[in-house]
Amino acid sequence: MVEATPFEPVAALGGGVLIGLSALLLMWSVGRIAGISGIVFGAVSNGGEERNWRLFFIGGLFIGSLIAAWLSGALSGVTPVASTPMMIAAGLIVGFGTRMGSGCTSGHGVCGISRFSLRSVVATVTFMASGFITVFVIRHLLGEGL
Amino acid sequence: MNYLFVTLAGALFGAGITISGMGNPAKVQNFLDLFGQWDPSLALVMGAALAVTTPGFRYVLKRGKPLFAADFSLPTLKTIDGKLIAGAVLFGMGWGLSGLCPAPALVALWTGASSFFLFVAAMIAGMFAYRFLMEGKSA
Repeated sequence: MVEATPFEPVAALGGGVLIGLSALLLMWSVGRIAGISGIVFGAVSNGGEERNWRLFFIGGLFIGSLIAAWLSGALSGVTPVASTPMMIAAGLIVGFGTRMGSGCTSGHGVCGISRFSLRSVVATVTFMASGFITVFVIRHLLGEGL
Repeated sequence: MNYLFVTLAGALFGAGITISGMGNPAKVQNFLDLFGQWDPSLALVMGAALAVTTPGFRYVLKRGKPLFAADFSLPTLKTIDGKLIAGAVLFGMGWGLSGLCPAPALVALWTGASSFFLFVAAMIAGMFAYRFLMEGKSA
C-alpha cells in the first residue's frame, strides 16, 4: 500500500516556477525545448554538439536536484512504489511510449501546451487519462497486487 | 558560455522537480489516484510552470533567435495521428505503474535505490527499442 502524501501547495508552486524558468532559460539561450525524454535520448544516441548540450543539461539536473534535496530533505525516505520487475516493465514502456508519442510531461505538458501546440494538448490529455486509468486499475480493481 | 546557461537550466529543472516533491513516485502516483488518496500537487507544479512559460515563451520567441544558436528548434509536426495517441497511452501506463516520468526518474537516482537505476536503464532501452523496431535503425 502506497502511503498517502500531504498536499503541499507552496512547494508545488515554487517547484513549478523553477521548472518554468528552466524551460525559458533553455529556449532563450540555445533555442531548445526542455523535454526530458528527448534530452535523455538525444544524449545517448547522438554525438558531437547534439550530445554535448544535452549532457550539460542532465549534469545540471543532477547537481540542482542534489542541492535541492540537501536543502529541503525532499528525497529523504523516498522509495519505489512498484516491485523491481514492474519498475523494469514500466521503464521500458515509458521509454518506448515517449519516443512514439514524441514527448513526456515536460516536453508536451509544459513546453508544448504553453506554445498552444494542439499535438501537445492531445498528448497531455491522453497520457493523463491513461495514467488515471492505470492507477485506478492497479489500486482499486486489482488491489495493489502488483 | 552557452553550456553555462544550459547547465543552469538543468539545475533549475532538477531543483524544481525535487522541491515540488515530484522526485517521490508516491506523490506522483497519488496524483493519478483520482478516486483514492488524491494528492493534487502535480497539477500545481504544471500550472505554475505553465504560468511562467506561457507568457515567457511568447516574449522569448518574439526575439527572433536565441542567444547562442541561429534558430529556435521547435517541433514542426502538426498532425494528430495514431502514433501520438498510442505513444501517450503507453507512456501514461508506465507513468501510472511506477509513479515516474523521465525527469523524476533521474532525480530519484539520488536515493540510491537499485530499482530506480533499473527503471532508467529500461527507459533508455525502451527508447532504443522504439528506434530499432519502428524506425529501422540499429543502436
